[in-house]
Amino acid sequence: MSEHIVTKKQYGYVFAILLILTLTTTWASYFDLGKLNVVVALVIATIKATLVVLFFMHVYWSSKLNKIVVVSGVAWLALLLWLTLTDIVSRGWLPFPGK
Amino acid sequence: MITATVQTRDNYLTHEYGVKSWLLTQDHKRIALLYLAAISFFFFLGGVFATVIRVELLTPPGDLVSSQTYNKLFTLHGVIMIFLFMIPSIPATLGNFLVPMMIGAKDLAFPKINLLSWYIFMAGGALVMYAMLIGGVDTGWTFYTPFSTSYANSYVILTAVGIFITGFSSILTGLNFIVTIHRMRAPGLTWFRLPLFIWSMYATSIIQVLGTPVIAVTLLLVAVERGFHIGIFDPSLGGDPVLFQHLFWFYSHPAVYIMVLPGMGIVSEIVSVYSRKKVFGYRFVAFSSVAIAVLGFLVWGHHMFVSSQSVYASLVFSFLSFMVAVPSAIKVFNWTATLYKGSISYDTPMLYAFGFIGLFTIGGLTGTFLATLGFDVHVTDTYFVVAHFHYIMVGGTMMAYLGGLHYWWPKITGRMYPEAWAKLSALVVFLGFNLTFFPQFIMGYLGMPRRYHAYPPEFQIYHVLSTAGASVLAVGYLIPAIYFVWAMRYGKPAPDNPWGATGLEWQTTSPPPPENFEITPVVTHEAYDYSILEEMTVG
Amino acid sequence: MANHSLALRHQFDDVVQQKDASTFGMWLFLTTEVLFFGGMFCCYTVYRSLYPAAFGVASNHLSLLWGGVSTAVLICSSFSMACAVNSGATGKKNAIVGYLAITILFAAAFLAIEMSEWHGLYQEGLMPGFNFTFHEGDARHVQLFYSLYFSMTGLHASHVTIGIGILLTMLVRAARGAFSAEYYTPIEISGLYWHFVDLVWIYLFPLYYLIARHVHQG
Repeated sequence: MSEHIVTKKQYGYVFAILLILTLTTTWASYFDLGKLNVVVALVIATIKATLVVLFFMHVYWSSKLNKIVVVSGVAWLALLLWLTLTDIVSRGWLPFPGK
Repeated sequence: MITATVQTRDNYLTHEYGVKSWLLTQDHKRIALLYLAAISFFFFLGGVFATVIRVELLTPPGDLVSSQTYNKLFTLHGVIMIFLFMIPSIPATLGNFLVPMMIGAKDLAFPKINLLSWYIFMAGGALVMYAMLIGGVDTGWTFYTPFSTSYANSYVILTAVGIFITGFSSILTGLNFIVTIHRMRAPGLTWFRLPLFIWSMYATSIIQVLGTPVIAVTLLLVAVERGFHIGIFDPSLGGDPVLFQHLFWFYSHPAVYIMVLPGMGIVSEIVSVYSRKKVFGYRFVAFSSVAIAVLGFLVWGHHMFVSSQSVYASLVFSFLSFMVAVPSAIKVFNWTATLYKGSISYDTPMLYAFGFIGLFTIGGLTGTFLATLGFDVHVTDTYFVVAHFHYIMVGGTMMAYLGGLHYWWPKITGRMYPEAWAKLSALVVFLGFNLTFFPQFIMGYLGMPRRYHAYPPEFQIYHVLSTAGASVLAVGYLIPAIYFVWAMRYGKPAPDNPWGATGLEWQTTSPPPPENFEITPVVTHEAYDYSILEEMTVG
Repeated sequence: MANHSLALRHQFDDVVQQKDASTFGMWLFLTTEVLFFGGMFCCYTVYRSLYPAAFGVASNHLSLLWGGVSTAVLICSSFSMACAVNSGATGKKNAIVGYLAITILFAAAFLAIEMSEWHGLYQEGLMPGFNFTFHEGDARHVQLFYSLYFSMTGLHASHVTIGIGILLTMLVRAARGAFSAEYYTPIEISGLYWHFVDLVWIYLFPLYYLIARHVHQG
């Protein structure tokens, strides 16, 4: 595996972006955007998380295998949420007699 | 010559002596034996509970034990057999012993973590034992809420924490195997030259790593909920008990594959060796293990068809459940095709493998019955379900585990077991098993519910048959327990490769040296290529 | 071989293989951590989708200011951890020790803020199981919000505490000169763990402090 040393300057840029995004997301929460509040907050959180994973945790430079591991962790979490919500969301769809 | 092999060469058993050399060992082979001792004890204990259950069920009224005691008996039978025996059974013993040997490595990637995982397992097991001794637990192995969190008057928190702890041992074993299989293979040992046992251990490890944390956190939440009554799964506080079942089965359904996939790996090895043929459709068998691991995560809702889960979700889960049948069937067909025109010898491991294929097929096919919504509503919580999963777990995994133990026994101990007794016990186990569990299909279909200590008299004949079968089965398990211990001391010394197998583990001495191989092997052939053995003997 | 006799364990052929295996193992472990927290995130998602209004009411009792500050504090700790790894790669022993110390200070600051927040909620009667006296509107589901809040932040805080322990160990080892530009894998792996702790908080912050502030009547 080729050794890639990330400089402190590169870390610094990522750090600055993370702080700016934290401020942005906090600021955005003051506006009533309806359902969009959730979307905005989660999109910004995901951008922040991606930055941390790619650069602080070096996944950007690491092997394909490590990338697969990261993706599969997220995918399995999505699977858990998705199939559980299949049930929660569709519970009210069928009218039960007497309910 | 053969005797000299055993006595003069340094091996992992004679390398060091004393209790400390075992309890502080980092050798994967010794850790495998530590696990073997531990899980054999737990198997015996789980068997004792099963015995009391079967004796109670001989007569219709609940005359031997009270209903409360009966609840604890089947709960402890389930908890011990599943979490303390089945889950670690093949991976932690045979897997631990064989994974590094089969890939030509000196040890697992993280030997200290391997030892740590044994201690974690023992700590969790000790906690469960403690809970059992001070009063036991009566929730069923499934810990369904709100009974477990609000109503049960038994040691739920202690048992849940015990299982939570053993979960980490399972995670660490899986993690260790995945890293080892990726990073430590001998030169020339490409993915498609790996023995199929390695593929199945790899698939098993994926489930252990991705599934176990979810049950760990779920049991943690059960303990918290029970301790503080904060509402997470409590309907009276707005929580949703069905959510508990989702989280529980997200792990516990794939856990079935943690238990059976390693057995499938063993059967692939055995079927090939004793028919002197390459496994038919190697890549299909290899990928079907991974497919089972992945698809196994998509089907958990079929445990919840009558739980007030949405009908639409049930439809989806029912459909997905049928998909798991495809890779499972691929395996069964390919083993059968491997046998075709093979030169078959009926040694003990092969008998167990035959048992596995037949019983797993019955267990698997009744599984598709249960995945059918309409049928499942009829047989939910009956003995039909009990029979179904015992056909997979005991008929499948237990058969494969015993087959594997016999097959690798010469390698592990350097001694042969008595073949005649072994064949006899394989036969007794097979007959006893079917006599125990086949009547349960019938009585379950007729409506006998599970988890009751008393029942209407019309079911008695099936229960009597089942109890009689259980006695036979117990004898079947006792015979190997006796001759294995006997063989450790008095068995005939084993040659390095008694079965003429091709795996790397057979190319080193029996028992192997501490570092497995004197020279790191280089692999130039595919797995199960029996022509290389002829070349070796000619050359 | 002789050069690395301390660092190279017998089961590996060379240091590269050993380093690869360790990083890979840590990533697998972090995957299990994702699913470990994932079970709780699943509970959160389900209950929020069922009771959005109560979650909105409950969320407004959390302090946005302190939530934001603790997020920033953790990001700072992650940055200084990244610098510690950089110092490890370039073999600067004193810099490793310094950056690790800063990371630990930030981590401790995070815990201090969290403790004071918990204490405040306890006094307000918003701590289920200990002191829960909230009565307005849909109090049952407000309680559910706080049950999840304390479970998830509690699990996260336990990870922070374990992280501090790991970082202290690394600090002592670094001060004793255990690491060099050729061998700093333990620092890198501790870094991965620490960034993961930050990652979890990056999601906890919006889920508890931000997204529900304007949902009042479902």
